[in-house]
Amino acid sequence: MLRSTLTSLLFVSLFSLTAVAHNVWLLPSQTVLSGEDPWITVDAAVSNDLFYFNHFPLSLDNLQIVAPDGAQVEAANQATGKYRSVFDLQLQQQGTYRIAVLNHGLFGSWNENGESRRWRGTPESFAKEVPSDAQDLRVSESVGRVETFVTNGAPNEVALKPTGKGIELIAVTHPNDLFAGEKSRFRFLVDGKPAAGLKVQVIRGETRYRNSPEATHLTTDAEGEFSVTWDEPGMYWLETSTQDEKTTIPQAQSRRLSYAATLEVLPQ
Amino acid sequence: MNKNRLFGACVAVTLSLLGNGVILAAEAAEKLEVTVEIPQLNVGGYHRPYVAVWVQDADAKVVQNVAVWYQLKGKKKGSGTKWLPDLRQWWRRSGRELEMPVDGISGATRPVGKHELTIDSKAALAQLKPGQYALVVEAAREHGGRELVKVPFSWPATAEQSYAVSGEKELGEVTLTVRP
Repeated sequence: MLRSTLTSLLFVSLFSLTAVAHNVWLLPSQTVLSGEDPWITVDAAVSNDLFYFNHFPLSLDNLQIVAPDGAQVEAANQATGKYRSVFDLQLQQQGTYRIAVLNHGLFGSWNENGESRRWRGTPESFAKEVPSDAQDLRVSESVGRVETFVTNGAPNEVALKPTGKGIELIAVTHPNDLFAGEKSRFRFLVDGKPAAGLKVQVIRGETRYRNSPEATHLTTDAEGEFSVTWDEPGMYWLETSTQDEKTTIPQAQSRRLSYAATLEVLPQ
Repeated sequence: MNKNRLFGACVAVTLSLLGNGVILAAEAAEKLEVTVEIPQLNVGGYHRPYVAVWVQDADAKVVQNVAVWYQLKGKKKGSGTKWLPDLRQWWRRSGRELEMPVDGISGATRPVGKHELTIDSKAALAQLKPGQYALVVEAAREHGGRELVKVPFSWPATAEQSYAVSGEKELGEVTLTVRP
């Protein structure tokens, strides 16, 4: 319990302070499955490159798995090691599962008797833990989603319905129907509304075996949409982030939104 | 469906024994005859390949599944289907939408050799509107490779048309005869 709390705190700090420098991801063992209740296993990590466990495990405290019928299901065999977290999932339904680690945090700083204080917490714990008369209070909010998708049998879209919170990826092309040499189309929403002008970065894994990350940079159009042409098969990491002032609590001045998805592109 | 195919295969075998002249005389109905060769591979731990055979249109849309050979193990419904997505084109184009086994389509894996298939049922042929098609054969083998062989053809044919395309490793010769 203590360990999990520590990990979670460390993760939150990493996520907030160095999100630009580090890649946060879930890596499923397989994304297209068949058979009687097949299992997958998923790694969760924060790293410099993709997809290698070499920096920090991603906390599973806020793991949320939505099954093809829209209900939430629990992961099995959760564990957190030195460099990665891991969990298993049995796909008992036919269709698409949305597997996500959600992060919603607040970061505050203020002066107390001439000393600077720092605080991390949630909108719920804010009132309890931050003095109401804190001087020079600065609060920022962070809403993040790290996710991946796996499908047993035919893909469906129930689990992909947007929640209306933070940045979400809408599948114009289904995320488990991606093939090398083809163009796929997606839409980004912020709080359920199409997000124009988001800068999107797409990087194929196995970055260790080439000289540069070879990132593709894209920008969402007026409808929040963008297209990616997959040059090669592989596991891809797709990331975007933005900032606004639509904070949950009035004491927060800014809100940072981030999103990362791991997508598998299959060969023809 | 199953009966039709079996009957068709029997007719095809019998008639090919009798020779071409007899076929022309006896066969009024249009049909597609397919042979799929599973090659002998000199490898350790050989497993028979999973094979899917289908007809697709010019947009790569599956218009007719012809055969899916996979390991039908266990008595549970849908058992042995775990590795079907390895037939990745077929899985994407059709397999994932099906509930296995499919009567008249599914079958056990086949040994090395040439295997005959016939598409002659009215229901199957009714799916084929005049146009360009391809017969596609995809094979995936445990601890082995995966290969896809495409045989383009036009339908209907005014005269008998024969096609042959050979795979390089996992599939031998695939032949298609379109009978008018």
